[in-house]
Amino acid sequence: MINVQENLKKIVEKLYEDMVDGKIPSVELPARIKSNIIFDERYRVWKYGNEKSLRSAAVLAGAVSLLRMLYTIEFINQMIEQKKSSTLREMYYISEGWGEAKFESQDESDKLAEDLEILTKALREDFKLRPEEDGASIIGNIVIEEVTRKGERKKIHCQDDVGDSGYSIPYNVEKDKIRFIEAGADRIIAIETGGMFDRLVENEFDEKSNSILIHLKGQPARSTRRLIKRMNEELNLPVIVFTDGDPWSYRIYASIAYGAIKTAHISEYLATPSAQFLGITPSDILSYELPSDKLTEEDINALNAELTDPRFQDEFWKEEIKLQLEINKKSEQQALAKYGLDYVTDVYLPEKMAEMGYEI
Amino acid sequence: MNIAEELGKKQKEISVAEFFERNKQILGFDNLTRAIITCVKEAVDNSLDACEEAGILPDIMVEISELKNDEYKIVVEDNGPGIVKSQIPHVFARLLYGSRFHSLRQARGQQGIGISAVVLYSQLTTGKPAIITSKIGEGFPAHKLELFIDTKKNFPHILKEEMLHWEKKSGTKIEVFVKGKYIKNRKQSVYEYLRSTAIVNPHASIILIEPDGNKIIFERVTNEMPNPPKEIKPHPYGIEIGMLLRMLKEANARKISNFLANEFSSISIQKAREVLSKAGIREEMKPSEITLEEAKNIIEAFKKTKFLPPPTNCLSPIGEELIRKGLRKETQMLSPEFIAVNTRNPSVFSGTPFMVETGIVYGGNLPSDERVEILRFANRVPLLYQEGGCVITEAIKNIDWRRYGLEQKGGKGLPYGPAIILVHVASVNVPFTSESKEAIANIEEIEREIRLSLQECARKMKIHLSKKEKREKARSKFFLVAKIIPEIAKKSSSMLGRDVPDVSRIITKIMNVIWIEDEVSAKNGNAESRLYITNYKNKPCSFVLYLEAPKERIISISPEPAEVRDRVIKWEIKDIKPTEKRELSILLKGDEFENNIYVGKIDPINVIGAEKWEGEE
Repeated sequence: MINVQENLKKIVEKLYEDMVDGKIPSVELPARIKSNIIFDERYRVWKYGNEKSLRSAAVLAGAVSLLRMLYTIEFINQMIEQKKSSTLREMYYISEGWGEAKFESQDESDKLAEDLEILTKALREDFKLRPEEDGASIIGNIVIEEVTRKGERKKIHCQDDVGDSGYSIPYNVEKDKIRFIEAGADRIIAIETGGMFDRLVENEFDEKSNSILIHLKGQPARSTRRLIKRMNEELNLPVIVFTDGDPWSYRIYASIAYGAIKTAHISEYLATPSAQFLGITPSDILSYELPSDKLTEEDINALNAELTDPRFQDEFWKEEIKLQLEINKKSEQQALAKYGLDYVTDVYLPEKMAEMGYEI
Repeated sequence: MNIAEELGKKQKEISVAEFFERNKQILGFDNLTRAIITCVKEAVDNSLDACEEAGILPDIMVEISELKNDEYKIVVEDNGPGIVKSQIPHVFARLLYGSRFHSLRQARGQQGIGISAVVLYSQLTTGKPAIITSKIGEGFPAHKLELFIDTKKNFPHILKEEMLHWEKKSGTKIEVFVKGKYIKNRKQSVYEYLRSTAIVNPHASIILIEPDGNKIIFERVTNEMPNPPKEIKPHPYGIEIGMLLRMLKEANARKISNFLANEFSSISIQKAREVLSKAGIREEMKPSEITLEEAKNIIEAFKKTKFLPPPTNCLSPIGEELIRKGLRKETQMLSPEFIAVNTRNPSVFSGTPFMVETGIVYGGNLPSDERVEILRFANRVPLLYQEGGCVITEAIKNIDWRRYGLEQKGGKGLPYGPAIILVHVASVNVPFTSESKEAIANIEEIEREIRLSLQECARKMKIHLSKKEKREKARSKFFLVAKIIPEIAKKSSSMLGRDVPDVSRIITKIMNVIWIEDEVSAKNGNAESRLYITNYKNKPCSFVLYLEAPKERIISISPEPAEVRDRVIKWEIKDIKPTEKRELSILLKGDEFENNIYVGKIDPINVIGAEKWEGEE
């Protein structure tokens, strides 16, 4: 167990000692750029490499950022001592009283929290800072035990005890909050859009295919990714990712399977290296003759960026991305409705899952 | 009686005066406020013109008093050459009687309507005569006349005349009683008109006494008279058929070829022959024998022939120096940070010489979120009305001001920002859009010249703003040092419960530069420039510092410089120690100065607040 306060204090001491020694105060952080993520063999995830960037008080932006770091650490210490927690947004508003250290935008406060995670090897949750995002939802044959705010343990069966919108994932999904009691499902299917999630729920695909359906709500929150990882590891459930067929959706898959660039320092907590991408692939657009849109300028740039992204350096992705650039098309999950509302659950998913070796 | 005869009885000649009586708006008397401004404007324009012709520095006094509801007495008095007694009635009480109507030269008034229209307006609205007092020099008596205009005949009617003693050496005073409305502090007001007039006539001293007794003095900033404009002959490119026919009728020359060479500018005898052969006219023909058809052919031939542009010594620009002085004086209370001015070379539109001068005032207390103020002038006369229909406004709209640091939605239209834009168009024949002479017609050549001139000013403004931005950048570093670092020291020590560390060494390390700050301040008509040098490096430094300054303006320099050249002062800065500060200053004649600081014998990367010296060491 990491002692968060101890590690935070080390940062303050480092800055203080620098000044006592007549040095310009600074902290070292991994360079948070695409070229500085490397594959970690041990965890099979992508992590920050050895490129460092120096945050130094020699430039105005760096100095202000260090001052903010001090204020933020002080704030986190107060919360830990008072057994409170706050959202990142609340911290952004609280910073109004920090004078020169006040945050100019919420983006800055979010980034600073990530910096502190990197520096202390702790998680944001340890700092008592909650994300704004509400977690996504789950429907499927699994029993979860949640510790409620009153400290009670509540068992929830994610089919029998929930409505059609499923069980909502809380922001903290660590063992002190959530435990898995039992799971009768064979696998997890993570779905990008609400429309498709509701379609599979309505078509009772969770029961028919005996899968746990998870709605990602676009780019999945940390808690969603963490929960998928825990289910995958602790319950030994394979993970399938089902998204739209465009470069942004591939990044959603990548953040689940390999880790995201923003959170590469905690990839081993968040990423599920064995997660498989089901579709929609550019090949699907052709073979299922799906309705499609032309790629935009941004789409093309994003695809080209993915070609150089270390996380997409395998044959499957290279070929699919090149194919997509060639056909200049993208399709949404719901384009499958072209063949009727049941097509996705009767034909598409069973076919694609059979290709992956899953019998339904 | 047939219908034509019936109608013929009703048709009768309308006198000029009657016509204007019915069309007051053409001459700028369309409402009570504007009427007062127009009265003052016509009288003051006349005074300035008269003084200029006589080479006298104008002292003009304008006094406006309210007699009863909406009735005002306006008095305008000058120290000009005066008017001989026999001419007074014709000048003031006869429309279209002017000395300049047939001449081509740059002047404020031109049609001879202005002041007589004022007299006409006063008798129409209050029924009172105009009182004119004038004296033509030492030893002459002054004459005082009370005048009416006989509107049927367009002829002066003298009510009363007397001789009297007047203290002045010479001068003219006009008193009129008019219906009107006196407004203060509006863009269109007597005050605003006189303020603008003072800007472009820096050689004039003008006093305004308002109805409430408030006295405003627009002081003279220069004793230099503007160059008197010369009269020129018409240029072949600008001539119209009616004018040509009149000239042919009045011609003295016996041969048409000589007529062309003598009566036009830019036509030599060879050119005259060239024109005539193109027009198919024998050069021996008498000018009076030329038919309408032939005259038309001559004009056609003019168009097909290349001529030199007309001479431009007929134009009298204000000049960059005086525009700058005028702008500075009249915007003093706004303490602007920057003034740029530009005078273009004379140019020509359809044979008429003209030239453009512009100025931009920037910053200080000018409102930064409002539309820029535009000061328009034609032949030194402020244009207060019809801003929207004027080529000056058009030209301003056609510039992308965003490139130069002003705001402008979509790079089109009038810009916003803390600036005043001045444009002066001088010409022997300003192409106004209407008789009230409030807007200049949209002529391509004029628009282009205005645009080029303003862009020249705008470029200077941009350079100034970039410099300022550079300084701001350097300041941000200073801010960091002065503020954030101590904060980091304070916060971290209080969190750890330890002593606050001394950060002065760190500050020197971070700055690691020679820091130069500068300021310019006005000191009783002189400019004082101060430079403050601080060594924020961790070792002693020596270098050379150069400051651009014209030698002839320097009053004093401190400390003793190493060398004073024609355009630059050179100091040796020896052995300035870490955290040591030094101060340099110079005093210059004139209140206009912008610091341009350079350093040598040191890598400029180590200096903030100065450029690299590229000249000889």
